[in-house]
Amino acid sequence: MTGYSALSLARQALTGHRSWPAAWRAPEPRARYQVVIIGGGGHGLATAYYLAKTYGITDVAVLEKGWIGGGNTGRNTAIVRSNYLLTANSHFYEHSLKLWEGLSADLNFNVMFSQRGMVNIAHSNAELSALHRRGNAMRLNGVDAELLSREDLGRLMPGLDLSPQARFPILGGLIQKRGGTARHDAVAWGYARAADTRGVDIIQNCEVTALRREGDRVTGVETTRGLISADKVAICVAGDSGRLAAMAGLRLPMESHVLQALVSEPVKPMLDVVAVSGALHVYINQSDKGELVMGGDIDGSNSYAQRGDPHTLDHVVESAVALFPSIRRLRMMRSWGGTVDMSMDGSPIITRLPLAGLYLNGGWCYGGFKGTPAAGTALAHLVATDQPHPVATRFTLERFDAGDLLDERGSGSSPWMH
Amino acid sequence: MRIPCPCCGPRAMAEFSYGGADLSRPVASLPLDAPSAPDAEWNDYVYRRDNPAGAHRELWFHAAGCRRWFAARRDTRTNDFLSEAGA
Ligand SMILES: Cc1cc2nc3c(=O)[nH]c(=O)nc-3n(C[C@H](O)[C@H](O)[C@H](O)COP(=O)(O)OP(=O)(O)OC[C@H]3O[C@@H](n4cnc5c(N)ncnc54)[C@H](O)[C@@H]3O)c2cc1C
Ligand SMILES: [Zn+2]
Repeated sequence: MTGYSALSLARQALTGHRSWPAAWRAPEPRARYQVVIIGGGGHGLATAYYLAKTYGITDVAVLEKGWIGGGNTGRNTAIVRSNYLLTANSHFYEHSLKLWEGLSADLNFNVMFSQRGMVNIAHSNAELSALHRRGNAMRLNGVDAELLSREDLGRLMPGLDLSPQARFPILGGLIQKRGGTARHDAVAWGYARAADTRGVDIIQNCEVTALRREGDRVTGVETTRGLISADKVAICVAGDSGRLAAMAGLRLPMESHVLQALVSEPVKPMLDVVAVSGALHVYINQSDKGELVMGGDIDGSNSYAQRGDPHTLDHVVESAVALFPSIRRLRMMRSWGGTVDMSMDGSPIITRLPLAGLYLNGGWCYGGFKGTPAAGTALAHLVATDQPHPVATRFTLERFDAGDLLDERGSGSSPWMH
Repeated sequence: MRIPCPCCGPRAMAEFSYGGADLSRPVASLPLDAPSAPDAEWNDYVYRRDNPAGAHRELWFHAAGCRRWFAARRDTRTNDFLSEAGA
């Protein structure tokens, strides 16, 4: 592989950029691998990369039923942050954020990580106290957090409606300056290229249709491109986790739901932070192309449809306009949905399953993109050593049996409330 | 998505609240004897789900309508309602 650099760019420019080598190979699947990873989203690809890089395990295949990054990785709104309240989540996502800060250099691929700041807006005293509490928890966990007054918010976001006549008047906020956004596709491509370089086979258009087992051990997978044996099989399929678990005869503490997002036509720069309002159930930021990217809650009912109901989008747009009245005449260009793996307490699961050699990474809800580097690190560690990674020891299935939940929102086992 | 309320007929999804999968609750034998309570059954009931890609029996509340709770079956891949079984 040629490394990407200013020099290689200049050299390729001489031939009109027609002689770049493919960023990854398209090999035929072999009959056997040491490790098979199901799902070529960011998480599966990152797991393969860290297996090869950190643990020297390169006899690995990533099997993707469609094209890599075509699932939630390519559908998400790419917000990266570590502003969590609970200690276990805080440590995990902060570990992830630190990996993001070095990711482009590590992968030799520009993932366009932009630490533009992540702002939570409060509309009531109760919300403001909750943000104070969260900010304090973050600082105790070594994560950056600063409280913002109304005036601070006005300076950061000139378009924000700070008037007392606003639909929900704004009282203050909290910023994590190291939070921001990244380029979602680049994350899949960067990990794919870096894993491929180290010998990992990335096999697209290859759907896993059944698990092979002998006694209480997994021995491989049946796919649309034939039988593939493996010592270890790791499931990284987001919204399809339940389907894969069913192949192993397991029921998970998880439901699949649809989360939608939408973008406006592009406009001149007007918003250079990520803005979130919990009370209005909306978040909004501006892409490098100038489009306003926005989203809100999941639709609410179980879904594998990868599309949702317009009333959810109405709500998002109404809320965005309530925050930034000047955007009310913008046209919305596209909307889409992804099937998110909602765990019953809103926190992820990275674990061994009762079938020996079988591993699961899922339950990322609407927030697993930011967790991609750490999830890959933690799952690679688990697959390689059979021990949980130190930052992911609480992400077990047993926590549901023990009542030892990680419920950030305190909303109980109702995924549509998370 | 339009949801068939057994009382009002098909109405827009925005009028409804979701109540989750229609599950049958384990029977609690009285008097409650905590140490011998069937934890596994209750854990299953509270946390584990079939989460099918296909027919799903679920609860809906017609919050902005007749305010009736009812169960319905829906294909989670297409959002087609499969029956209007009342509850
Ligand atoms: C609209 C939307 C907005 C979001 N916004 C954010 C955000 O701002 N910040 C954030 O952190 N997170 C966000 N998320 C969540 C985030 O996208 C996901 O948690 C994360 O991308 C999950 O990555 P993954 O690799 O696990 O899943 P995916 O990228 O979905 O990858 C799973 C892959 O598995 C494949 N697969 C499934 N079944 C099989 C099979 N049987 N055989 C082979 N392959 C299979 C799928 O085709 C898919 O490519 C958002 C999600 C959505 C839908
Ligand atoms: Zn009704």
